[in-house]
Amino acid sequence: MMVALLKPKLDALEARLAALSLPEGGWSAAARKDALSRLGATGLPSARDEYWKYTRPDTLNAPGAPRAAVFEGSETPIFSQRDRLKITFVDGVFDPAQSDALELEGITIERLAEAGTKDIHWAKDLYGVLEARGQSPVERPLAALNTAFATDGILIHVTGTPSKPVSLVYIHRDEVSDAILHHAVKVESGAEITLLENGPAAARFNKVLEVEVADGGKFHHVRAQGRDHERRAATHIFARLGEESLFKSFTMTANGVLTRNECVIEFTGDDAVAHVAGASMGDGDFHHDDTVFVTHDAVNCESRQVFKKVLRNGATGVFQGKILVKKDAQKTDGYQISQSLLLDEDSQFLAKPELEIYADDVACSHGSTSGAIDDTALYYLRSRGVPRREAQDLLTLAFLAEALDEIEDDSLAGEIRERLDGWLARRRG
Amino acid sequence: MLEIKGLEVKLEEEDKQILKGVDLTVEAGSVHAIMGPNGSGKSTMSYVLSGRDGYEVTGGTATLNGEDLLGLEPEERAAKGLFLAFQYPVEIPGVGNMTFLRTALNAQRKLRGEDEISSADFLKLVRAKAKELKIDAEMLKRPVNVGFSGGEKKRNEILQMAMLEPKMCILDETDSGLDVDAMKLVSDGVNALRDEGRAFLVITHYQRLLDHIHPDVVHIMANGRIVKTGGPELAMEVEKNGYADILSEVA
Ligand SMILES: Nc1ncnc2c1ncn2[C@@H]1O[C@H](COP(=O)(O)OP(=O)(O)OP(=O)(O)O)[C@@H](O)[C@H]1O
Ligand SMILES: [Mg+2]
Repeated sequence: MMVALLKPKLDALEARLAALSLPEGGWSAAARKDALSRLGATGLPSARDEYWKYTRPDTLNAPGAPRAAVFEGSETPIFSQRDRLKITFVDGVFDPAQSDALELEGITIERLAEAGTKDIHWAKDLYGVLEARGQSPVERPLAALNTAFATDGILIHVTGTPSKPVSLVYIHRDEVSDAILHHAVKVESGAEITLLENGPAAARFNKVLEVEVADGGKFHHVRAQGRDHERRAATHIFARLGEESLFKSFTMTANGVLTRNECVIEFTGDDAVAHVAGASMGDGDFHHDDTVFVTHDAVNCESRQVFKKVLRNGATGVFQGKILVKKDAQKTDGYQISQSLLLDEDSQFLAKPELEIYADDVACSHGSTSGAIDDTALYYLRSRGVPRREAQDLLTLAFLAEALDEIEDDSLAGEIRERLDGWLARRRG
Repeated sequence: MLEIKGLEVKLEEEDKQILKGVDLTVEAGSVHAIMGPNGSGKSTMSYVLSGRDGYEVTGGTATLNGEDLLGLEPEERAAKGLFLAFQYPVEIPGVGNMTFLRTALNAQRKLRGEDEISSADFLKLVRAKAKELKIDAEMLKRPVNVGFSGGEKKRNEILQMAMLEPKMCILDETDSGLDVDAMKLVSDGVNALRDEGRAFLVITHYQRLLDHIHPDVVHIMANGRIVKTGGPELAMEVEKNGYADILSEVA
């Protein structure tokens, strides 16, 4: 990289590092140090980086978190009615009072803050490892920053099939809290787990989730971000998938001035499946970025990216999605769709779909569209007595439905749908 | 029930007059049929009555039970009892047929100040009505009209009508695309709804439908006007001789 372009990125890093301290000791120390040296080479993201063309990184880089008012919603938090193993972080700090015992048949579960100081740990082969692999061909400095400075997180070793999901609950209380959490999940051969995440976490949240799914393992992930207005979040998922494994991740986002969700998936074993999907609703001062990078490096794998954004009152949606099919990844089935529903003319959707294919026997397709509510469908609904606003909301939910279809568990999909429905209804008043 | 006087309609976007003074009165308890050449304005009239965008009323009035229709929103017209079975039913991907039916039914009830129907009652009702129209459960689960055959879409329109129990039912070529058995089902569906407090306006090109649904009055629309009104024998005449005679006679 040209020195002139690197300079401001290194300056931004220097300013940021001054406000952080590197956790010491244990197996994780080496990983943290490695990450820090990666970071030293790249600096922090800059608005001039191609990868940050549509999303301004400055508030994610800044030494301190920009103030974000705490959102007081009246609804009961999502997932709270289900049987789950609940783990709560308040402004990025583990809260034992609001957490269940870290015990569940079929998994071992520990906190990074505790386990990271041991000398030997299974997570050593995972923590920061997938993140480091994910740094090329595109650098992801905020993830390296996370590996280096994460104060806590959850390490889950899945050896069986637990009877209930692990549910991470993030609570935001402090208007200037700046949380950095790093989770690592290793799903062993034939094992299966569901991970749930919800809540705004902090004024600014930097989160990394590394997931390794061994042959025949299954990982399900459902996440709800929002409905708070002012928070900022930069999250990364790094997944490496073995033979015949399954990876499914769905994210619902409502509001948030700035959200950048990156997902980096690598197929290393044949016949595996990965679906990533997102449904987001943005209103006004909202910027939501889904950046996905799927690398096919194995035979006969299927990847799907389904991203839907509903935007109004000047909200901005971004999608950068790439499918990279390496030379020997024959029989790859890659699908990518990103769509926005623009409810007014002030809102915008910026999409950069990319395919890069080096194998010759593959079926890959991608599409991206922006559109308004279908007038004919709206009229049809109204002619049956459904008032305009309600009809619009019904069509909005219908637009998001394809993304929700990617959630495997019907009751989770139902809960997400209910939330979206409730939020739309609340807006109608 | 429905009273249309001197209705003139042009396209909003273009300077194109489509309805040129339609006069039509449909009494409660009666069935009227409208026939007429392609492009004469039959569907346009039904769209304008139900409140579709894109048309401008340049003259005349339309009332339902004495109340002005043309100033109302489409959903208000529906709540007052107007129903249009579309010539081309609309596909709505992502909206389940059941959700659609329940939302419509409850929305109308709400607009009329009535209570919502319970889930159990709704299910019972929809199953019974669907069975009569030979609409299977699988079709009810699918998104509205998506992947439905032409005939299935038409039956689905009648299912909606049966569920919503409107007062004034306009059927725009509901018979087109139906096989003989489906035609019978649909007609039975319509006939089952016939009563004192309800009226039908059936737009069709064929006598066939009128063999099942016996109209009290038959109108011929041509070039944006009702040009002739008569009894069931008028439909027979059209079936036999086409429109040429009628049109030259009124010209
Ligand atoms: N949105 C539109 N744009 C342009 N022309 C239109 C539009 N809507 C209606 N028309 C024209 O108005 C005329 C009447 O159309 P309409 O669909 O009402 O006829 P119809 O009597 O229902 O015919 P059919 O028997 O074929 O269904 C036609 O000439 C049609 O092309
Ligand atoms: Mg027509």
